[in-house]
Amino acid sequence: MRVLVITEQIDGIFRKVSYEALSEGRRIADAMNCEMTAAILGSGIDNLAEDIKKYGADKIILADDPALAEYITDKYVLTLADIIEKEKPEVIILGSTSIGKDIAPRLCAKFNGAIATDCISASIEEGKVCASRYIYGGKLITDVILNRKPAFIALRANSVSIKEADGKGEIEKIQANMQDASLTFIEKKMDAGKKELTEADIIVAGGRGVNEGDFSAIEELSEILQGAVGASRAAVDEGWRPHSDQVGQTGKVVSPNLYIACGISGAIQHFAGMASSKVIAAINKDEEAPIFAKSDYGVVGDLSKVMPEVIKEVKKIKG
Amino acid sequence: MNLIVLLKQVPSTESFVSVGEDKKSVKTEDVKWVINPYDEFAVEEALKIKEALGGTVTILTVGNDKAVEAVRTALAMGADNGILINDPDAYNCDGAGIAKILAAALKNIEYDLIIAGQRAVDDDNYYVGAATAEFLNIPHVSMVIKEEITDKTIKCTKTIEGGSFVFEAKLPALITTQRGLNEPRYASLPGIMKAKKKPLDTKTLADIGISAADLGEPMLTIKEVKKPSQREAGVMIQGDTPAELAAALVKALHEEAKVI
Repeated sequence: MRVLVITEQIDGIFRKVSYEALSEGRRIADAMNCEMTAAILGSGIDNLAEDIKKYGADKIILADDPALAEYITDKYVLTLADIIEKEKPEVIILGSTSIGKDIAPRLCAKFNGAIATDCISASIEEGKVCASRYIYGGKLITDVILNRKPAFIALRANSVSIKEADGKGEIEKIQANMQDASLTFIEKKMDAGKKELTEADIIVAGGRGVNEGDFSAIEELSEILQGAVGASRAAVDEGWRPHSDQVGQTGKVVSPNLYIACGISGAIQHFAGMASSKVIAAINKDEEAPIFAKSDYGVVGDLSKVMPEVIKEVKKIKG
Repeated sequence: MNLIVLLKQVPSTESFVSVGEDKKSVKTEDVKWVINPYDEFAVEEALKIKEALGGTVTILTVGNDKAVEAVRTALAMGADNGILINDPDAYNCDGAGIAKILAAALKNIEYDLIIAGQRAVDDDNYYVGAATAEFLNIPHVSMVIKEEITDKTIKCTKTIEGGSFVFEAKLPALITTQRGLNEPRYASLPGIMKAKKKPLDTKTLADIGISAADLGEPMLTIKEVKKPSQREAGVMIQGDTPAELAAALVKALHEEAKVI
């Protein structure tokens, strides 16, 4: 028996959810009384193994190969398939990121396993691999048993806590699997300095009520709070924000510590995407807006007047 | 260019879905059924490719009698023909079985490009697209916001958190859609009239050469379906001026909720 955690790094930096996956992996390995292997794929990534060690991996497989310098589906899938063949894990945990959702279903099909995506927790109950996950874009939660092995669990960011643990930390190096060349990497573009919505602790989001689509106050507040900017579908449809900012049933599902909804009425589809936020604050000029019925703190007021004051107050705290 | 769209009918996102009596299912009797929004992007993209390069657009779905509506809607948008795999043995499949059925059906069809939604907005498991590509042994690119076909190659821009990748794949290939790829057209009235006469083949599992035994058990067993903890209305912040409201809000977030 073994648990495998597939980590995700871009340009030498791990996704936060990779640490969460390792922490959850260690917990599952302890429950199964077995060892945990962590896989890191990339090129020139020697130094990354140290970083992983403290989260309790017994074995760290480094697929360090120039062919893996950039993420590309087929090479990553085939190299991970080699690792799965060798390690024979019963449970495989990874982050439910775009890349996680690209790799995991393909590997799952290859090994005729079971997969649960966007999970908020995993557990072993009576020897069975179980997970909790949102369905209908967050409107419902389902507890499932994963019936096949390997069981793939893709964890949603910000769902489990990061915990350091002891592990043997033996390092093993392998090469990339190059047998397939059906995909070619052309280029990668990263938005410099933009905080990822799904990993942010604080999200300041705007909707149709943002005056003339001017998000500058929302951006400023989010920056002071070191958070990310989100948007309702209405704001995205207006062309005020990119699609990647959309929170809701057909956009991203987020679980920050604080979600500040500015000028968002709170449609059921939007709510589905942010209902698991720990604290919700809403600012809206319409006191009848449905968002208030589900918010911890509500402010009835004109955004263009309230936001500058909120920024002033937050600046006082942040010194 | 033979274009295939994998389509699923789902409850519309405006629908209130609730927990079934057995607490292991989702009540869907009163919901409005629509084409999965991500599959609508797939239909639109296939139509755009057809308009630019010629070819046919085939809608492929697994479902029951009700799913005919969804296929007809796609035909009304402009797709050429539809295939509905309608077999009681497929009704209780989860994604694991569906991907096998789709792959089996596709083995008898010529295709250059398969377009699927990145996920269905009901079970949200992101499995079927990539798994179908794996079973067919063709490359896939997921969450595509832009594609360009030249010769026998498709160049795709794929979104990831905080950025994007551009990959090139040899055809035949499968891509899945991401919001931003296009704006799906509405079915026009003439389109709706024409759709009634377009071919829609209904097939059983036996017709496509697969049996219930080939599908295996569902990969997930549902233990319980529940509502997320219901949020209740909290405090309405009081104040006479924007400055007072802001000060009270920030104080509450800082001192009481301790989130900033």
